[in-house]
Amino acid sequence: MKTPLRELWTGFRSLLTGMRVTLTQFFKPPVTVPYPYATLPIPERYRGHIELVRDPETGMSLCVACKSCEKACPSGCIVVEGIKREGDKKKSPTVFTVDFTRCSLCGSCVEVCPTEALRFSRRYNLAGTDREAYFLDLLKRLQAQAASTPTPATKA
Amino acid sequence: MSTSAALADAARAAARAEGRETFVLNLGPQHPATHGVLRLKLTMDGEYIARAEPVCGYIHRMHEKMGENRTWAQFLPNTSRIDYLSAMHYTHAYVAAVERAAQLEVPRRAEFVRVITSELNRISSHLVWFGAFLLDLGGFTPLLYAFDDREKILDLLERITGARLTYCYYRFGGLYNDVDAEFLRGARDFVRYLRPRLDMYRELVTENIIFRKRLEGIGVADAELCRRYGATGPVLRGAGVAYDVRRAEPYAVYPELDFKIPTHPRGDSLARYLVRMEEMEQSLRIIEQALDLIPEGPFRSKVPKVLKLPPGDTCFAVEAARGRFMVRIVSDGRDIPYRVKLRTPSFSNLSLFEEASRGMLLADALAFLGSLDLVIPDIDR
Ligand code: SF4
Ligand code: SF4
Repeated sequence: MKTPLRELWTGFRSLLTGMRVTLTQFFKPPVTVPYPYATLPIPERYRGHIELVRDPETGMSLCVACKSCEKACPSGCIVVEGIKREGDKKKSPTVFTVDFTRCSLCGSCVEVCPTEALRFSRRYNLAGTDREAYFLDLLKRLQAQAASTPTPATKA
Repeated sequence: MSTSAALADAARAAARAEGRETFVLNLGPQHPATHGVLRLKLTMDGEYIARAEPVCGYIHRMHEKMGENRTWAQFLPNTSRIDYLSAMHYTHAYVAAVERAAQLEVPRRAEFVRVITSELNRISSHLVWFGAFLLDLGGFTPLLYAFDDREKILDLLERITGARLTYCYYRFGGLYNDVDAEFLRGARDFVRYLRPRLDMYRELVTENIIFRKRLEGIGVADAELCRRYGATGPVLRGAGVAYDVRRAEPYAVYPELDFKIPTHPRGDSLARYLVRMEEMEQSLRIIEQALDLIPEGPFRSKVPKVLKLPPGDTCFAVEAARGRFMVRIVSDGRDIPYRVKLRTPSFSNLSLFEEASRGMLLADALAFLGSLDLVIPDIDR
């Protein structure tokens, strides 16, 4: 006789505990964010797809087309071509593309770059309807960024 | 009709006459209770399982083979994708194996950060398991609470590593980048935050009568069975064996830290549950101590740009969230591995399922399967 009674009591207590926990939660602020009306801050070190860094003085890419990143990439998704332009000391890139569909966001390319010409973008809400949207042309992206936020050199 | 088909028909008719007819039930590869693409071919005798045959390989990605055609460093991103819930531990085993082979020094600060991040990762992994397991058992709410807690860990780790799941944070001879004071403060706050939450879980879930009745005596995997199949981690500790790689083959700075290895003798699903819940508390203790002891200093030692390992064979094991994870690397002196062998805990833990689930009710077998905490990519790798 004793066991069923005790079980009844434990069951009742379980029920009350559950209700108490739910009720306390009921008065707490929501833990979710109503995306897309509000977004969370993206941390500084967030690893989005890579992008080229601009030289703050010239507004050009810091890349010297050494192809280290191309070699370091485990997935082989970077293609860099460069030429030495007339009057320049270093090479500069003419082609810089990333196949983001294959990128594992590992950061090898960023780490290996001798001139710190690469960084992670903080673009996170990626969605697309075709594959082509992820064959990124980083030089174009750099130009677009330069157009929207001019540096002292490009402004002049 | 061929003779074999005729024979099979006759056998089936005889079985039907004797009342021991069976049928095959496919569980998975797309089934919410298998948490991934695991397929179980169940031969059922009514509601009871006569034989459960796991069919693996649906998410096989050739991680070991991939290791053989890239440099030592290029394999790093793979290590966080084998068991995606316990990425830190897997990267740890791999970098430590390479460090052992190349005899690289790791700065003390880096070792402490590795311990802190690994333990945070263990807690987040257990929280996912906790939520998903209760979901399997029919309780939806704890999942939401668990994910809320886990979110705090992910935010912390995202701040320093840049990723929320596939951290790839350790490097040969140290870390990808240093942790800052805010992370250390955040980790301490998290310890303080999670303790009362664990108490709440104990009250809400562990002491719940429905939950206990659902798990007590279900899916018994005793020490002998675990030994035969090589099961490790909470499955083995739930069978009463205090085996933990952090103590059995000490690595990093674990010998300096004080923590208990929780065990439960009964070997049933509830024992495995209790072991994991206690492990979270122990992990909090480890984090606290490591935060007190962490020294200032460099976070990465000097490593040659093109890493070539001396010819030889090196193993390194860590205690991942699911058990013993071991990496064996074989080098022939080049900058590319000759062989990367991964010993994953989920595979062994799944192996005992076939024997232990014989004669169980299907609904109980699902509770048993959940209590094994399987990660399918970890099985197939
Ligand atoms: S992040 Fe890794 S995978 Fe992506 S482009 Fe850079 S090196 Fe290649
Ligand atoms: S490693 Fe840096 S400098 Fe060299 S090609 Fe890549 S981005 Fe340019």
